[in-house]
Amino acid sequence: MGRALLARKLGMAQVFADDGRCFGVTVLEAGPCPVVQVKTAVLDGYDAVQIGFQPKRKNVNRPAKGHFDVAGLEPLRHLREVKGIGDVTVGDVLTVAAFEAGQRVDITGVSKGKGFAGQHKRHNFGRGPVTHGSHNIRQPGSVGSVDAARTFRGLKMAGHMGDERVTVKRLEVFRVDAQRNLLLVKGAVPGATGGLLTVFDSSSRVRKVRGQH
Amino acid sequence: MNVIDLLEEEQLREDVPELRPGDTVRVHAKVVEGTRERVQVFEGVVIGLHSGGVRRSVTVRRTAHGVGVERTFLVHSPRLAMIEVVRHGKVRRAKLYYLRGRVGKKAKIRERREVTVKVPVAAAVPVVEPEVVEAEPVAPPRRRSLRPRRSVD
Repeated sequence: MGRALLARKLGMAQVFADDGRCFGVTVLEAGPCPVVQVKTAVLDGYDAVQIGFQPKRKNVNRPAKGHFDVAGLEPLRHLREVKGIGDVTVGDVLTVAAFEAGQRVDITGVSKGKGFAGQHKRHNFGRGPVTHGSHNIRQPGSVGSVDAARTFRGLKMAGHMGDERVTVKRLEVFRVDAQRNLLLVKGAVPGATGGLLTVFDSSSRVRKVRGQH
Repeated sequence: MNVIDLLEEEQLREDVPELRPGDTVRVHAKVVEGTRERVQVFEGVVIGLHSGGVRRSVTVRRTAHGVGVERTFLVHSPRLAMIEVVRHGKVRRAKLYYLRGRVGKKAKIRERREVTVKVPVAAAVPVVEPEVVEAEPVAPPRRRSLRPRRSVD
């Protein structure tokens, strides 16, 4: 059975493992996430669970308030639907305690926006010569043949980069701090500090966890 | 207090002496050999301190058998048994990278005798009587440094 949780990225830190090795980890404030609504195939056409994160006290509009009243919960700032987290009922609270150190998680978030980026940043193009009168330093190169008489669709070009949904898979959980609702994950996670993330259990894909950390 | 700072602060070691560039230190590092663990001592000059808090690291340089050897240690690492300050050096810069190009007498650092530290650090710094400076081994033909050097053009 999968597990899922909403989280906020707090930033990165450097931590020592028990064996003295040092790791860069991302610190997440994960949960608690109350179940706000359980959608079923019969009523809604599909099965899903809506979970919320972080209380919202001000500026709760009527429709939102009504939605939370049905669930008997205080209004929450963030709502997301997740699938495959098994049998839960409205009002259940998912916490970070469901995760354990050493397991793997998939983390979904919105990456940092890079604006209108050139080919080099966006598609890892190489650059042309810098000297000898070259004016081809950061140019895109050829965009097609004369014979085709057009540029093919989907050709890698400059354009908007970032600010899109990104999932990083199989990140290792370094530590779970149930007291402070913290989840420490090895490596980087999409988005800026303060961004909303969804953490999924990737145990179904985990083959074997090597070593302790 | 910010959670990240808190997490890092929890890991700080309290037995770290005050380190300054130019100091001669003995770093007792735990080394795992197969199944055994032993302590290896690395003595040399602090040529730079980097970053702060739990991320603080120290680069120590020594000349071993005529070859310059530099090791960087994470000061707060649990893998260090301890750090001793053997001698304080009198230097005027924060990073002593100029020592890399020098051997013999030119690579010597004068001793800072009067500790001008305002706060008493008796607990942290073991008081060691000024030691006679070991004669640097006569340099055999220079070997290539272990680190890439910037070209001099």
